[in-house]
Amino acid sequence: MKSAIVVFPGSNCDRDAQVALSEVTGYEPEMIWHKSGALPDDLDLVMVPGGFSYGDYLRCGAMAANSPIIASLRRHAERGGYILGVCNGFQVLCETGLLPGALIRNASLHFACKPQTLEVCEPETAFTRAYGKTANITIPIAHHDGNYVADETALDRLEGEGQVAFRYVGNPNGSARDIAGVLSENGRILGMMPHPERAIGPHEGGDHGRALFQSLIASI
Amino acid sequence: MTDSSALLTPLLAPQDQISAADHGINAEEWQRLTNRLGRVPNLVELGIYSVMWSEHCSYKSSRRHLSKFPTHNERVIQGPGENAGVIDIGDGQAAIFKMESHNHPSYIEPYQGAATGVGGILRDVFTMGARPIALVNALRFGSPDHPKTRSLVAGVVAGIGGYGNCVGVPTVAGETEFDEGYNGNILVNAMAVGLADQDKIFYARGATPGNPIFYVGSKTGRDGIHGATMASAEFSEGEEDNRPTVQVGDPFTEKLLIEACLELMATDAIQAIQDMGAAGLTSSSVEMADKGGIGIDMDLDKVPQREEGMSAYEIMLSESQERMLMVLKPGKVETAKAIFDKYDLDAEVIGMTTDTGHMVLRQLGEVVCDIPVAPLAEDAPNYDRPWLAPPARKPLDSSTPAREQDALKILLTLLSCPDMASKRWIWEQYDRHVMGDTLESSQSLGDAALVRVHGTSKALAISSDCTPRYVLADPYEGGKQAVAESYRNISAVGATPVAITDNLNFGNPENPATMGYIVKAIEGMAEACRVLDYPVVSGNVSLYNETDGQAIPPTPVVGGVGLLDDFRRATGLGQAQSGDTLILLGTTAGHLGASLFARHILGLSPKDMGPPPPIDLAREKEISDTVRSLVLNGLVHAVHDLSDGGLACAAAEMALTSDLGLDLGDQSLKNLFSEDQARFIVAANDDQLSRWPKGLSVEMIGTFGEPSGMLSVNGEVLPLEKLRKAHEDWMPNYMASVATE
Repeated sequence: MKSAIVVFPGSNCDRDAQVALSEVTGYEPEMIWHKSGALPDDLDLVMVPGGFSYGDYLRCGAMAANSPIIASLRRHAERGGYILGVCNGFQVLCETGLLPGALIRNASLHFACKPQTLEVCEPETAFTRAYGKTANITIPIAHHDGNYVADETALDRLEGEGQVAFRYVGNPNGSARDIAGVLSENGRILGMMPHPERAIGPHEGGDHGRALFQSLIASI
Repeated sequence: MTDSSALLTPLLAPQDQISAADHGINAEEWQRLTNRLGRVPNLVELGIYSVMWSEHCSYKSSRRHLSKFPTHNERVIQGPGENAGVIDIGDGQAAIFKMESHNHPSYIEPYQGAATGVGGILRDVFTMGARPIALVNALRFGSPDHPKTRSLVAGVVAGIGGYGNCVGVPTVAGETEFDEGYNGNILVNAMAVGLADQDKIFYARGATPGNPIFYVGSKTGRDGIHGATMASAEFSEGEEDNRPTVQVGDPFTEKLLIEACLELMATDAIQAIQDMGAAGLTSSSVEMADKGGIGIDMDLDKVPQREEGMSAYEIMLSESQERMLMVLKPGKVETAKAIFDKYDLDAEVIGMTTDTGHMVLRQLGEVVCDIPVAPLAEDAPNYDRPWLAPPARKPLDSSTPAREQDALKILLTLLSCPDMASKRWIWEQYDRHVMGDTLESSQSLGDAALVRVHGTSKALAISSDCTPRYVLADPYEGGKQAVAESYRNISAVGATPVAITDNLNFGNPENPATMGYIVKAIEGMAEACRVLDYPVVSGNVSLYNETDGQAIPPTPVVGGVGLLDDFRRATGLGQAQSGDTLILLGTTAGHLGASLFARHILGLSPKDMGPPPPIDLAREKEISDTVRSLVLNGLVHAVHDLSDGGLACAAAEMALTSDLGLDLGDQSLKNLFSEDQARFIVAANDDQLSRWPKGLSVEMIGTFGEPSGMLSVNGEVLPLEKLRKAHEDWMPNYMASVATE
């Protein structure tokens, strides 16, 4: 599996993503600085990591979504490549329009960092296959702006088309319909607020994130 | 008058004693200054002297007492005197750490004060070549009933989270207490721990003449001018107007600065480096020049500036954040510039090191400062301030009015009192898991946080400790206790305590009564450090925490760091199993003086509360070593040290965290709530117990029962869920309620 991680100024989960990918999949990802032009053409997976790209000083993910590297991320998506956006990465994917909806400030108005129970809603996707029949998993969250919003039609469509990958059990941020992770129409792009790369054990984040990366190896 | 003379004339004007007094320089210091200089200083020079000789930078009231601390053991690579302390953690690696206060700014502007406190302590650590891997904070607020407390808590917590979360360093541990003694002066102490290779550690020393002085990071603005001087004076009513002296943090720039500096440090380009913290460009340049025994010549027009028309005085005293100063090796400017350009950070050569021993500053082509470097540091005042030994307290009258059958009611009261109640509301706002190496944080509720050394099976144990009511009651014993509790907490998780950083928060040292607390607390801490072989490698002193003559409770905070070779052998608080026996190690004498029981149940004011529990340091060491050995040999499931609230609170916390019922049998109130030191509780099953070494002095206290069961003592029962609710609800309810004033 050939993968890369896009590093924006202010990304801070890039190393976590690198460790998770290399440890679980056995393949070392390439780290691509956002200014370095383009992504290689032959990538299977691009990961857009968490953090605070450009300090989140504008809208979360809005500046990164206009970085030069995004053009080649789009080409990768158009080729049918896989993309995983976590936390700030999810926000970036929404800002680019590669995924529908947007992420606004948590309903509590506070940053929230805690272990979060999730329901695996779509067990047959490229990102969730290895969870098998496991209904609920626990993955840490850590965000200030994870409140997923979209209009009712879009939400109905996401649910109807099986594009809701994960739902919160006990909604921590006010997300519409408890949505924690969203798939693109072709099922190859996943954006999620919880951090699977922080759940590859043995550490406080647990190890329920491993199956997500294992799913990808099986799918690619 | 031309523009340049309008700017320069006031800078060059000879200053007098009145102007010096306005800069916080007293008559004696003025004499010393003018004698050494052989003339009166101009405004720029006076400004530089005033910050270098401020309490904050010179430690003039505490220096002679700080020298009582032991600062070395076999693992110490760098003790106090550099940006942070450095310890050897094996395999060619080092842990680098320090704690620092941001008390005054946080009271005036809680969000930015706390945020920049985090930023500053991170820079102390990565300046030395370490990647920061953990943040800790020790917070003290005024009474919950005070009208300002709630907004200060909200602002400080948001500031710490806002900075730490963005910069991407996990906040793994902390402590938060409330006491009316902090109504006018809150304490915000932040600690950072970093990781470096021993052959890639960078120091402020080592600069030689003829090399470029390189400025990197944010532009210099007018913010924070004279922050160090503000932190060296008492507050009075209306001090909030000092807001312009509080700096504004930019964690995004800090993140870029960390990455850029570490990238540059991987090359062989830096000769000496110092972050621009308190007193900004002044202290960073003076430190490097002084430690290198050299001179400096800087052209302030080259300093990247955020505002137009800044004077040399303002540029030198600005405390704008996220800036570093380094002396580069010859021929490395281009390499360095390329790296900072990658991260879109300002980077300029602003001068050269010289062999003159003088600090020469130029603006608009004029020399605006020319003073010898050495006296700025060497001649800084070093006072032997008069002090009074704090009076010993009468023993507590132990005819306690509460009855044995009230034990569970008392437990509910204590576990939901502001100091003991769960601080989940706080730590859930901190990213505790970024970097992927957090093994145990506040979330696991253990005695110390555990952070894996990336890519290895080693881990660092980290904790923050102080019991101000003990220090207030008896600073010598209280100082010992802060160090001993740190030693216990690090040992409880199975780690070997290595060294500490300290943050000494006190009132006005010019008051002999306050100075007495400073002296005795330091002596008590030093004694504990010596007996426990737990030296001080870095630290910070924050004095003048006093408003309108009312000093804070003496608060010498200890940040401890320990090493665990294999994190898989660590133990926490929450792994007790059904059927495990709860065992007490250590001796209970029934000391209730200065306890939470005395404060909350007997309702005593500090002066009537009696002395704190005495500390037997040899016993502390012995019992901590025993517990560590039990942990490492897998002979216990869970461990907790006994501190605030004694056996009952520790046992209840273990039951809550393990989510198991617990029967404590029949216990007197003294057994349950006394705060005798050198004690631990552990949970172990019969098989583990059968393998314990013989001859340990242990007391079987109770048995763990069913998940989510009952807590019982003296035949009374309390559902765990009720206890949990009381413990968890205080803080969110408090923060959600509206001030009644």
